[in-house]
Amino acid sequence: MLEDKDRIFKNLYNDFGSDLKSAMDRGDWSNTKEICKKGREWIINEIKDSQLRGRGGAGFPTGVKWSFAPKVLGSRPHYLVINADESEPGTCKDRDILRFEPHKLIEGCLIASYAVNAHVCYIYIRGEYVNEGAKLQSAIDEAYKDGLIGKNSSGTGWDLDIYIHYGAGAYICGEETALLESLEGKKGQPRLKPPFPALIGLYGCPTIINNVETIAVVPTILKRGANWFSSLGRERNTGTKIYCISGNVNNPCNVEEEMGVPLKDLIEKHAGGVEGGWDNLKAVIPGGSSMPLLPKHICDTIKMDFDSCVENKTGLGTAGIVVINNDQDIIKCMARIARFYKHESCGQCTPCREGSGWMWRMLERMAKGEASREEVDMLMDVTKQIEGHTICAFGEGSSWPVQGLLRHFKKEIEERNNFNPLVNTGQKNPYLVDQHLLEKKNA
Amino acid sequence: MSLKKISKNQPDIFEFNKTSLELAKRIISNYPEGKQQSAVMAFLYLAQRQNNNWIPLSAMKYIAKFLDMPYVKVYEVATFYTMYNLAPVGEYFFQVCTTTPCMLRGAYKLVNVCKNKISKNENELTPDSKISWMEVECLGACVNAPMIQINDEYFEDLDEKKLETIIENIKKGQKIQPGSFRGRKSSEPEKNRITLMDSKNA
Repeated sequence: MLEDKDRIFKNLYNDFGSDLKSAMDRGDWSNTKEICKKGREWIINEIKDSQLRGRGGAGFPTGVKWSFAPKVLGSRPHYLVINADESEPGTCKDRDILRFEPHKLIEGCLIASYAVNAHVCYIYIRGEYVNEGAKLQSAIDEAYKDGLIGKNSSGTGWDLDIYIHYGAGAYICGEETALLESLEGKKGQPRLKPPFPALIGLYGCPTIINNVETIAVVPTILKRGANWFSSLGRERNTGTKIYCISGNVNNPCNVEEEMGVPLKDLIEKHAGGVEGGWDNLKAVIPGGSSMPLLPKHICDTIKMDFDSCVENKTGLGTAGIVVINNDQDIIKCMARIARFYKHESCGQCTPCREGSGWMWRMLERMAKGEASREEVDMLMDVTKQIEGHTICAFGEGSSWPVQGLLRHFKKEIEERNNFNPLVNTGQKNPYLVDQHLLEKKNA
Repeated sequence: MSLKKISKNQPDIFEFNKTSLELAKRIISNYPEGKQQSAVMAFLYLAQRQNNNWIPLSAMKYIAKFLDMPYVKVYEVATFYTMYNLAPVGEYFFQVCTTTPCMLRGAYKLVNVCKNKISKNENELTPDSKISWMEVECLGACVNAPMIQINDEYFEDLDEKKLETIIENIKKGQKIQPGSFRGRKSSEPEKNRITLMDSKNA
């Protein structure tokens, strides 16, 4: 288990306050000026050496991302945008950073802005986090008042302004280019990449977009050294991570742990075990709803980091662990996730707009045992038609959980839905995915 | 995609009042010159706040003129995002999260309470238009599931009885206290906490 002294977020549970004074007591803002004095190259190299990977889901190396920004400030200004549009079901880590450790985030914003030549930083918070946003705003005001940010921030000679922008309840705005569209005052529909935002982003200017947790750990890495950070975890999966453990566990909680901690340890030691004991475990979604679920026999041994999740055909994502036990109907659970994706699809690409609804309706019928035997394979086919055929990663995000269900629980679906398709029983209708629409009024 | 019903009863005129106008000017200054369109989302919130938690069409026209952008672009934004209410909602607006992590811990029991105690259907106001409710997608408080949002506040770690008490208290006109209903301060484990113990004692 990670020792307390190696935890970055000491106020994760709000044992102290989130105000500037208690944040300074915990070591925030301690030598920001000296760090910036060491120069951009040093900061970016140190972050590269620490092998910090983005905490927002994709796990892209942060230092590499920063190095994509143009080295010299040209005619166009640079922007830093913080993605606090946390809406992945199962994930609630950024919320705690915003409300309990806002100064870590603000200090990180200053260092990151300095490193990528940005004078303006926007923090895009999901609209529901009204109180969290208010807490962050009061922390920003405190920082302005003490000269930590603003003109000549913390005596570094760098000017930085931080503004909060509220979202309004669209999951897709967590996708970086949709977030930029939303920030520009349009509906949040993702842009094609390339061009990547690092060159053409907000208002057509170079823009670096990072998750809240990624930016909030940066000051501590630079203060304690890249070697300290990379000594935790293993090669390419270094450092600590906030895991959110929710669902059928005795003590659902957020906890900061080392990368590569065994999933079983997280559930048993921190979250008080599965409801009904470990043997009552059915499946675990390891990285927020868009990652494929894992059945019990993999959960026994899997370690929670980026690479070992990929080896098990899933992903660490945002590390939102959703535990499902045997008292639940696994097909119903996944049908609910499919409904989430149907609701949140932005409607720009046809495969996703239509397919997410198909998947939801098919799964709902499968949960009730109203689907035919052949539809199980057809569902797999539908997921493959969506995956990789959309502008953004939402297509993957919506089809992977369904694929995970089919990969590990196909037998269960087939047992429940075991009759011949309607076309064989003498109906004259052409066979459609939406066959049920002909038979049911409210399908 | 979410479907939105636009209210049939629309006021003819909408204008920002003094407080909204001051806030609006501050918000515009957050964005670079000529990029005032960025403020449209914040402006819609201002309008919503000023107009009993829903946005009339006249407000969209007003905002479009204010920000020098086509009306349809404002309409697009207002209909795309789920948090803009385009029809009246209750004075206490319940949003029940029912996405999988909450569902696993009994969110649909809360939905049943809403159906029994508030109104049979979603988005239907009680006769005194004090309360209305709707199902929403993940609100990002999964370790405190099941939870609901009433106006701006989160009510966490609920069960049927506790939600019933909340509704009763609102009906009696008493104040309701947001936060966890099982005595948690934040997202710490309820029992057997083993991390950051030094700081806890400090």
